[in-house]
Amino acid sequence: MAKVVSIKRTLWDALYLPSIIKGLGITLRHFFVNTFTSREIETLRYGEWDLPDYKDNPAKPEGWRGKKKTRDLPDRHRGLHRLMKRPDGSARCTACMMCATVCPANCIHIEAGEREDATSRDIEKYPATFVIDELVCVVCGLCVEACPCDALRMDSQQMMKPVAHRDDAVQQKDQLMSRGATSIAVDGGAGADWRNEYARLGDARQIYRPDRSFSDDPIGYRIRNTDSK
Amino acid sequence: MAQAVKKGDTLPQGLEVTRRPLGRQRLDGVDLPTDEMVLNMGPAHPATHGTVHIKLTLDGEKIRQADVNVGYLHRGFEKEAEAHTWAEIFPYTDRLNYVSPMLNNIGYALAVEKLLGISAPKRAQWLCMIVGELARLADHLTCMAAQVMEVGAFTPYFYVIKCREWIWDLLEAISGARLTHSYVRVGGVAADMPENFDKQTIDIIDRITKVIDEFDALMTRNRIFMDRMMHIAVISGEDAINYGWTGPCLRGSGVDYDIRKVHPYLAYDEVDFEVPIGINGDNMDRYLVRLEEMRQSIHIIHQCFAKMPEGPVAVDNPRVMLPPKREAYNSIEGMINHFKLVVDGIEVPAGESYSYTEAGNGELGFYLVSDGSGRPVKCRVRPPCFMQMTAMGDILRDHLLADIIPTFDTLNMIGGECDR
Ligand code: SF4
Ligand code: SF4
Repeated sequence: MAKVVSIKRTLWDALYLPSIIKGLGITLRHFFVNTFTSREIETLRYGEWDLPDYKDNPAKPEGWRGKKKTRDLPDRHRGLHRLMKRPDGSARCTACMMCATVCPANCIHIEAGEREDATSRDIEKYPATFVIDELVCVVCGLCVEACPCDALRMDSQQMMKPVAHRDDAVQQKDQLMSRGATSIAVDGGAGADWRNEYARLGDARQIYRPDRSFSDDPIGYRIRNTDSK
Repeated sequence: MAQAVKKGDTLPQGLEVTRRPLGRQRLDGVDLPTDEMVLNMGPAHPATHGTVHIKLTLDGEKIRQADVNVGYLHRGFEKEAEAHTWAEIFPYTDRLNYVSPMLNNIGYALAVEKLLGISAPKRAQWLCMIVGELARLADHLTCMAAQVMEVGAFTPYFYVIKCREWIWDLLEAISGARLTHSYVRVGGVAADMPENFDKQTIDIIDRITKVIDEFDALMTRNRIFMDRMMHIAVISGEDAINYGWTGPCLRGSGVDYDIRKVHPYLAYDEVDFEVPIGINGDNMDRYLVRLEEMRQSIHIIHQCFAKMPEGPVAVDNPRVMLPPKREAYNSIEGMINHFKLVVDGIEVPAGESYSYTEAGNGELGFYLVSDGSGRPVKCRVRPPCFMQMTAMGDILRDHLLADIIPTFDTLNMIGGECDR
């Protein structure tokens, strides 16, 4: 139902002082609370304090009074990309080009190479080059959703750092791999047994939960009716 | 001039009589004639929020004519959409109204769902309402914080913008990004809410309620603020409708039209809320409508958490939704399904639809045409603030130069949305 919210200027308002005094009360309360406590100060340290050299150095900048030091990033935070690894340390990526296809900004460039050690059952392709231009990237996360083998993720909990030159923002494969971790996603060849395989891994996932790399679903906890697991 | 003059009298000396709208004391009666001056305000004026060019014809400090030129932030969203699959357009919708991107996500998802003839599962709809109302809160908080800043009160700006940070933290926790969420999908949402999201949200909206009350006490009855806002930029309900206004600005003129009430979408017919309306159609009423709408949004969020059902958050339709990751990793059906959806996009049946939702500024409409392929043939956006900008020149006539910026702010022009 409609609710009329208009107000009229009354004589009380025309007196000017009452509302000024009330307003001053509020601002003064804030002033004193913020002077003697830091409980309402919301100031955060600037993002660069996340950089490792600052973290290693326990000395706080002079005059820092804020409560929080740096912002805690949520689990789902979409940060810098990373390429996940197989247990043997090679990239999980099979150069299927899904991420490059879906990317609305066309900022992923992949050149596929052929694995020389591939036997017939092995994965034949690998990315010879894998480049993401983080300046062009719009950080939408669609590439992560599109990757069919848990090879690309954005849960590195790192933000893009300032660069002096644009080329430095173009992340090469080794940079992307350096943030990677071994994925525990079961894939490609568990056959009809993959649901049981997940059931078996269930406990392992619980144990490794604190490290975010050990969830097998990079986009969250989507539930679907037919998913028996 | 000593004699009593009426409005419309032409005096022999060429003096013109103007009467200020009701309630204004200053500059009533007769002004000395001055030469008209043309002044270009913008497009990159520090006081305007958004790149807009206003060509002013000034008579002293009075505005005789204001021509508003928009379009400086044109990015070709509509054309760009034609080159992308239906699902890839979500990141682009984030950049329409960049103060409440979640509402654009929802508006676009609903438009595609309408064309597909599907609807998201119940839980996804309630989740959309929660994040949508949070985004509306962020939108109104930003708008009002800027409004009071425009009339010279800088302190409340900080009190209020702090709340917007809290909201962005919440939306980041659920979607992964502070501003460019890309959270909603055709047929659902990307992921269910994280653990403790409900507790955090309730905690934060309770804190926001306190800040809104404080802001209300600080500003609303302040005489300086009232003098600056009341009876400025008045527009009647009829004129507002003729200009195509919607949203809080239309309701400020006393028209009881809220799409959430009149044409309920998602589950808005299942929650209880009131539509605030003004009477005068001036800046003050638009401000008050937004203030009350925030309280109603908080009321809606509380109800959503109480009523939200359990269940899936994405439709179980392999033609629309990517399969769960485990199926894509392991089963051949899941993998093919995944590849088809990513490469070809969702195949939306041929046809056209217009879908409209209540965004922060009013009716956000998406007019979509599909030829049955994976990409839209046409994706037209009806931006709410574009209509409001068309009227700005008229409602500012005969006001003071200093009234432009507060008016510009109550109309809440968002460049990304207005210029697309
Ligand atoms: S996050 Fe989006 S823009 Fe960035 S690489 Fe992935 S798909 Fe492309
Ligand atoms: S990162 Fe994933 S989607 Fe991209 S090419 Fe590699 S396997 Fe394919």
